[in-house]
Amino acid sequence: MRCRLAILGLTGPAYLWLLVAVFLPLTAMLYFSVLSETPLGNREPVLTGEHYRAFLEKSVYRDLLWRSLGIGLEVTAFCALIGFPAALALSRAVPGRWREVVFLLVVLPFWSNGLVRTFSWTMVLGAGGVLDRGLQALWPDAPEVDLLFTRQAVVIGLVHAYLPYMILSCYLALQAVDDSLILAARGLGASHWTVFRRLWLPLGLPGLVAGSVLIFVPVIGAFMEPRILGGPAGTVIGTVIEDQFTQTFNWPLGAALSFILLAVVLLILLLAYPLRQRLERVT
Amino acid sequence: MILLGRVFLALVLVFLYAPIVVMMVMAFNASPLYQLPMEWSGRWFVALMDNRRLLSASGTSVGLALATSLIATSLGTLAALAFARYTFRGRRLLQILLLPPIAIPWLIIGTSLLVFTFWIGLPRGWPALLVGHVALALPYTVILVGARLAVVGVELEDAARGLGAGPWQVLWRVTLPGLLPGIAAAAAFAFAVSFDQFVISYFLAAPGTSTLPVEIYSAIRKGFTPEINAISTLIILLSMALLLMVARLYRFGGSR
Repeated sequence: MRCRLAILGLTGPAYLWLLVAVFLPLTAMLYFSVLSETPLGNREPVLTGEHYRAFLEKSVYRDLLWRSLGIGLEVTAFCALIGFPAALALSRAVPGRWREVVFLLVVLPFWSNGLVRTFSWTMVLGAGGVLDRGLQALWPDAPEVDLLFTRQAVVIGLVHAYLPYMILSCYLALQAVDDSLILAARGLGASHWTVFRRLWLPLGLPGLVAGSVLIFVPVIGAFMEPRILGGPAGTVIGTVIEDQFTQTFNWPLGAALSFILLAVVLLILLLAYPLRQRLERVT
Repeated sequence: MILLGRVFLALVLVFLYAPIVVMMVMAFNASPLYQLPMEWSGRWFVALMDNRRLLSASGTSVGLALATSLIATSLGTLAALAFARYTFRGRRLLQILLLPPIAIPWLIIGTSLLVFTFWIGLPRGWPALLVGHVALALPYTVILVGARLAVVGVELEDAARGLGAGPWQVLWRVTLPGLLPGIAAAAAFAFAVSFDQFVISYFLAAPGTSTLPVEIYSAIRKGFTPEINAISTLIILLSMALLLMVARLYRFGGSR
């Protein structure tokens, strides 16, 4: 009995807070998503499924979701292509003391201010920016590089923002691999490519899957990076949801779109969880 | 192969840091239009001192981060103690319930909090911001303190109890002192989470009580000046210093 009371007293405050800050708000938003209009002033909203229907019937929103998913896939793919080799290099090509330093250098920007880091790309990508100037200094006839306010700029900014996630989760998987396994494979005549394909890739796969989920989920909900780096070219589902809450004040539509996005997120998490478990059992 | 790996890793680090360095260097550019070549000047940092909006937003941000850090660390430490010292039904479920604040896109957490606070009649501003920030920081504090608890173990507590210490004495004289590095790391981390948080604040801040990232965002959208670079430089240096502190307390990643 005393034990129960202790557990309740210890966990109660934290979970009460989460209830008020996360779980009740999500419930409230579910309710708002089936209202006909924002209950401001003396308007009397009625219950309706029109906003969900709008998503199914109007191709605008569907296209936006596809766009977001496309950007999410592109960003995740680039992060995997850069992050996996980087994690491998970090775990095998860097000696002990330095490894700690490099590891820290990789995570440090990641936990620092995302808005500021996104802003910093505007200095680099625009016409007359550092990239443009640098290219012209190296090659005077270079065509002008003006990537700011394009889809590429959004992808570059998001890869920069989330790459450390991929390096981190792949590193955790690869670091655990026993050196003797690799030495044995090499000694038996396996080429570098075979070792990579038959050992590193499968052994790092759980990290790769975890990293991909950790990146894909926030990227499809991003709105700040597309706004700053994409401008009008950066309209995605996230920026449209933001508009419903801050510009057009159509909260029910925004809530419905948020829940559709949330459903996609949950679907991805549900698919990834058993996959990861199976991978972990195999390796 | 080894050399190739190192070169690749160095290139990745350049990619990660180059834009930040460029942004910082531009803070010292005298030209308001970021014209090159550079003409070095500290005028934008001086101009910051007169920018009322940014100064008051900085005050809000620091105050909010301190309050968030205090509350999230206290609640997180309690919950971590429960997870480490007791096995009970529903423990696994409670641990899974820590994930939503991390796993759900901030956009959705932010907008749903906006809807909820509007619904129950809580105005936008300080209290709403605090509710959101603590919820975001809480899972991390549970994890960081929990990791330390796993290291400390229960042997010392058992010994103290065996020597006749009461439960409160054990808590104050043995458990908490042993946990201190974990608690300090969690507090610093929670401070950083709150101080850097933009998305949630963006939806919940009232016009008078903006936080620093919200002010910077609206400044960026209006068209930017090196003044934003100056304040951004200060922010990034502060958050990196905080995280270095967390890392020193934890030494994660490297070989033991």
